[in-house]
Amino acid sequence: MENQEHVTILLVEDDPGHAVLIEKNLRRAGIVNQIIKLDTGQKAVDFLFKNGESHGNDLTAPFLVLLDLNLPVLSGYQVLEALKNEERTKTIPVVILTTTDNPHEISRCYELGCNVYVTKPVDYEQFSEAIRKLGLFLSIVRISEKRQA
Amino acid sequence: MANLEDVTILLVEDDPGHAQLIEKNLRRAGITNTIVKLDDGQKCVDFLFKKGEYSGDDHRPPFLILLDLNLPVLLGYQVLEAIKGDARTKAIPVVILTTTDNPQEISRCYELGCNAYMTKPVDYEQFSEAIRKLALFLAIAKVSEKKP
Repeated sequence: MENQEHVTILLVEDDPGHAVLIEKNLRRAGIVNQIIKLDTGQKAVDFLFKNGESHGNDLTAPFLVLLDLNLPVLSGYQVLEALKNEERTKTIPVVILTTTDNPHEISRCYELGCNVYVTKPVDYEQFSEAIRKLGLFLSIVRISEKRQA
Repeated sequence: MANLEDVTILLVEDDPGHAQLIEKNLRRAGITNTIVKLDDGQKCVDFLFKKGEYSGDDHRPPFLILLDLNLPVLLGYQVLEAIKGDARTKAIPVVILTTTDNPQEISRCYELGCNAYMTKPVDYEQFSEAIRKLALFLAIAKVSEKKP
């Protein structure tokens, strides 16, 4: 992100293979930001609301969240709802990155306030390419710098 | 499923030079969607809610909106607020595409519910490149099909 290398990317993904593929291709697209990987919905909520597990990182930094919907413990929908219903976190951009392309699920996410929805391609090469395009897009967007309380 | 080709892109931009540059570079990046150009904020709201000069129009969703903030008649902020404040239109993705990179303006737009914010680079080549990157991304994004 232009002048926004201090934005931390939170990758909420329980499939370790996908997590590796996503991180690798973001790097290939030139993203140098810190990427924190969390593998359950609960960990994402805990991290962002600073309860439970903390990762010892600067929790006042701005964030961007890449969020799978199919997560253990707390589903992606519940994470999205929690983030977008709370003053402290509602301006954090959330990019849904998930396997389903069901129109009802897509609408549901936009209704809940997701910023963008991306369906993971099934094909490995197309998946990699989609992540690189996401990376290029992240390099041109601005993030809200509002500090969380 | 809303294939990207079905999505109508509303480009709300009052600077004709910018409007042309944006459209040209979206096309160069392979975007074939219908692009509707509106040059003030009121026209955008009227278009979406089928009022004023657009009442009786039969344009249909899904839509994606590229929105400048510095608009005549109705400001970009007011357009954003109107879109995100109405249940019929709040799921429409709105990408702010404007000249200012003031952090307070950026925060304000996210508070109002914008989906993404892009600052127009001053340099012509970088502006073109940013639009092409936006287009590549639009090619992988899904939008809501909900009818207003």
